[in-house]
Amino acid sequence: MATAGLQDSELGELQRRVVILRIGLLLVVALLGLRLWHLQIREGPYYRDLSENNRTRSVIVEPARGLIYDRNGVLLANNVPSFTLYVSLEDVKDRDLLVDQLSNLLGLDAALVRSKLTARGSRQLPRKVKGRLTLREATLIESHRLDLPGVMVQVESQRNYPGGVTASHLLGYVGEVSPEQLEKPEYADLHQGSIVGQYGVEKFFDRFLRGQAGQKSVEVDAVGHEKQTVVVDQPHAGDNLYLTIDARLQKVAENLLGEETGAIVALDPRTGDVLAMASRPGFDPNILSRELTPKQWTEIVQNEGRPLNNRASQGQYPPGSVFKVMMAAAALETKTVTPSTTIHCNGGYQFGRRLYHDWKAGGHGSVDLRHALVQSCDVYFYTVGQRMGIETMASFAHQFGLGEETGIELPSERVGIVPSEAWKRKAKNEPWLPGETISASIGQGYVNVTPLQMASLIGTVANDGVTFRPRLVQAVLDRATGELQKRVAVPKRTVQLRPEILPIIKEALAGVVKEGTATRAKSALVTIAGKTGTAQVAALRAGPEKDIPKKFRDHAWFVAFAPVEAPTIAVAVLGEHMGHGGSASAPLAKELIEAYVKLDLPASTGVMDGASAKKEDAGGREPDDRSGD
Amino acid sequence: MIDRVINSRGFDNFDFRFIGLVFAILGVGVLSIYSVTHDQGAAFPFYAKQLVWIVLGTVAFLVMWLSDYHRIARLAYPAYAIILILLAVVLFEGRSSRGAQRWIPMGPFAFQPSEFAKLVLILTLAHYYSEAPRVGWLQRVVLPGLLVLPGLLLILKQPDLGSGLSFMAVYAAMLLMVGMRSKAIGVILLFSLMLFPFAWELMWGSLHDYQRQRIMTFVDPVYDPGGKGYHALQSKIAIGAGELTGKGLYGGTQSQLKFLPEGHTDFVFSVFAEEWGFLGVLVLLILFVTLIWLSLEIVGRAKDQLGALLAVGIICMLCFCVVINIGMTVGMFPIVGIPLPLMSYGGSATVMTMASLGLLLNVKRRRLSFF
Repeated sequence: MATAGLQDSELGELQRRVVILRIGLLLVVALLGLRLWHLQIREGPYYRDLSENNRTRSVIVEPARGLIYDRNGVLLANNVPSFTLYVSLEDVKDRDLLVDQLSNLLGLDAALVRSKLTARGSRQLPRKVKGRLTLREATLIESHRLDLPGVMVQVESQRNYPGGVTASHLLGYVGEVSPEQLEKPEYADLHQGSIVGQYGVEKFFDRFLRGQAGQKSVEVDAVGHEKQTVVVDQPHAGDNLYLTIDARLQKVAENLLGEETGAIVALDPRTGDVLAMASRPGFDPNILSRELTPKQWTEIVQNEGRPLNNRASQGQYPPGSVFKVMMAAAALETKTVTPSTTIHCNGGYQFGRRLYHDWKAGGHGSVDLRHALVQSCDVYFYTVGQRMGIETMASFAHQFGLGEETGIELPSERVGIVPSEAWKRKAKNEPWLPGETISASIGQGYVNVTPLQMASLIGTVANDGVTFRPRLVQAVLDRATGELQKRVAVPKRTVQLRPEILPIIKEALAGVVKEGTATRAKSALVTIAGKTGTAQVAALRAGPEKDIPKKFRDHAWFVAFAPVEAPTIAVAVLGEHMGHGGSASAPLAKELIEAYVKLDLPASTGVMDGASAKKEDAGGREPDDRSGD
Repeated sequence: MIDRVINSRGFDNFDFRFIGLVFAILGVGVLSIYSVTHDQGAAFPFYAKQLVWIVLGTVAFLVMWLSDYHRIARLAYPAYAIILILLAVVLFEGRSSRGAQRWIPMGPFAFQPSEFAKLVLILTLAHYYSEAPRVGWLQRVVLPGLLVLPGLLLILKQPDLGSGLSFMAVYAAMLLMVGMRSKAIGVILLFSLMLFPFAWELMWGSLHDYQRQRIMTFVDPVYDPGGKGYHALQSKIAIGAGELTGKGLYGGTQSQLKFLPEGHTDFVFSVFAEEWGFLGVLVLLILFVTLIWLSLEIVGRAKDQLGALLAVGIICMLCFCVVINIGMTVGMFPIVGIPLPLMSYGGSATVMTMASLGLLLNVKRRRLSFF
């Protein structure tokens, strides 16, 4: 027995000391028990609350944005799935580290990432850091997810424009709601990272397209990874829009402009439906709907061609001789002239010490109203304008919708200028000079119009004086109820003219194409009436057109309607620095009208062939690209 | 040989109660481990592995119970030498996990020498005090202290703060139980106070940053919920959320959703407390207290000083681990990785604890040896 060290006294001593252990044990266990009672009973409800908050996170479910179709059901804007990177701030342990990691992994600017994480907003809601991750980026994040607490990659829908640059100004683009926008009441139900329309129809009809975000309550683990969805507050998809434009005609219009700078607007004068609205140069809304770096943004904004400018509704130009259409109507209504009144044109109009030239050096001889329109005689209208005075001219210009918004449903429409004495005092604080009336009578000087206003003006003439407000959206489909709400065309105004006046003018305008300044617009398919215009850019002109640097060349106008007998389309073409309206713009209008006739549209008052009708592209019907002349 | 014949009268009622308690606690442990890890989808999940450890532990329990503890104690010094070598090996060859190097890989499993070092230390000290009369503070305090020191240093070097503290606790407890005159205790206290700065330096210096932070933020974990006090806070939330009756099996969202780290090892008590509430916790505490109460009875019934010392050492080690573990989960102590005996997942700890309990019961059985 190996009990050499056995000592009875010590063993007894040791066994007596066990009592100390027993007392100590009871004391300590009592302490633990008290502590547990405190945690579980006294503060139990508090910790229960904490644990409930621990496991659930609110996650916003972005709604699907409404789709946009053309008048025939051709898809113009839809949504495609894309990966979006979110960070749940509550789960982030080291924000600086995370900023470093994310900027390294994705090559993002660290300051940008930081600003996204520190932006104002609820701590509970995850912050959107980057949209449109590539598959590679998404995989990279997923493979590092254990090192990136709070980081999640969500599949979301991304705005997509299948047509690329087609109708870009009209459709607009989307982007994240800006902090300034969030302050406004119309964006009140949105949150940081929400996608809203920032331009075009996307912006103007954003409250329809936007939809309503839902919320998911998801059970997450400590690293912020979703385990299961507890409650879903379903998002409501935005409404679908059916536009009035015809995608085929839109493409034709854009191809006609090609590389030139300018705008083409085609309206249905009977309803105000915008059939096509092209502005060049354009942009790819797909690119603008992504997050741009400040550098990319600067490049676009500072581009000399100002591609973000919708020249159709925002470009302001002197109307040139197109103004004579309105002048002719005003002259007849005010009985300044009769259709048979003749005025002699010898190539110039002497007023005071200044000689106002006619565009034709030798003059047109003796001209009546029809001849003056067909040959675009300047001296005739100098005389008429001088006789009517600027105030009368201005009041008729306003009747034709100049100097005011057409009311098109696009943001930031410009109104142009209809000069008058009052206007000049207000704008320039100078008195009106008599010579300025003479310039204004042929649409030069201070007069400024947009191509859309010109299309509306010629449409009013074509429609016997009734102006319709140009409209872009003919129907809205509420996706929640499936209810299709058609929007009716609203007549805006009727020009106060004696009934015999407009037919006279229409006949003269048909003559412009038949035998006048716009014979290049003559079509074998359809009768076209129109008016050329050449808006002077530089005051002094010397030498032949082709010797003048492009940026000093004149803007070429042409407005037209067809068929003359019962007009269904009104067109305005403006080519910046393209020279003469008759040579440069008239052929474009002709081709557009011919394309329209060839499309063999169903009656445009029939609105749509139903929501599901989807005619695919116009294929071979498109004419070849051309790049102006 | 003769004592074996005399002693072969088999189990008595005490043994049944003792073994029943041990397996009851083991069962609660497996249940909690199952609750946290059942959905991990591993081919060989933790609770199944733990069952294997319990089988191995039962073998160790039987071996330690049915051999002669005097013979086992005679192997104490060589065993301690081997453990020291293993602790040294682990520093160079060991497997790292979370910044500490504690394991020696053995096939698919890993062996943690520091766990076994605790039992071997108890054997060594008990053997030392009982093989000859130890008188004077040199023999009673300094020499065994020198015996403890190399093992303690090697463990702290890993670093394994929990095992290191257990080591010191065993030494201190046995020192107290062996008995010292009040004068000697006074001297020790004085020395301890004088040595404290150096000891602190040694301890603190050997800690990893994460351990220092744990201790520093022990004061107020709520101050920084995402950071250093995270584990402590999550554990308190889990326990508190259990309230009176608990959330039920699998109902513990804290642990099921992995807010609670180490739910199957160091924080298994929090898992249990969240799922079974204050009532469950009371039952569990009663199980532990009864087990220790019975064990203390064994000390009283021990035939010789070796047996009594072995029993005291083992009981103190168990008590220390249980109290510190539960204390840290409820936020009374800093978080120092000490597993909850018989409940936390872990091969080395389970086998070692069961072997210790076998040895404990052996001491009681051997009381009849000489009669």
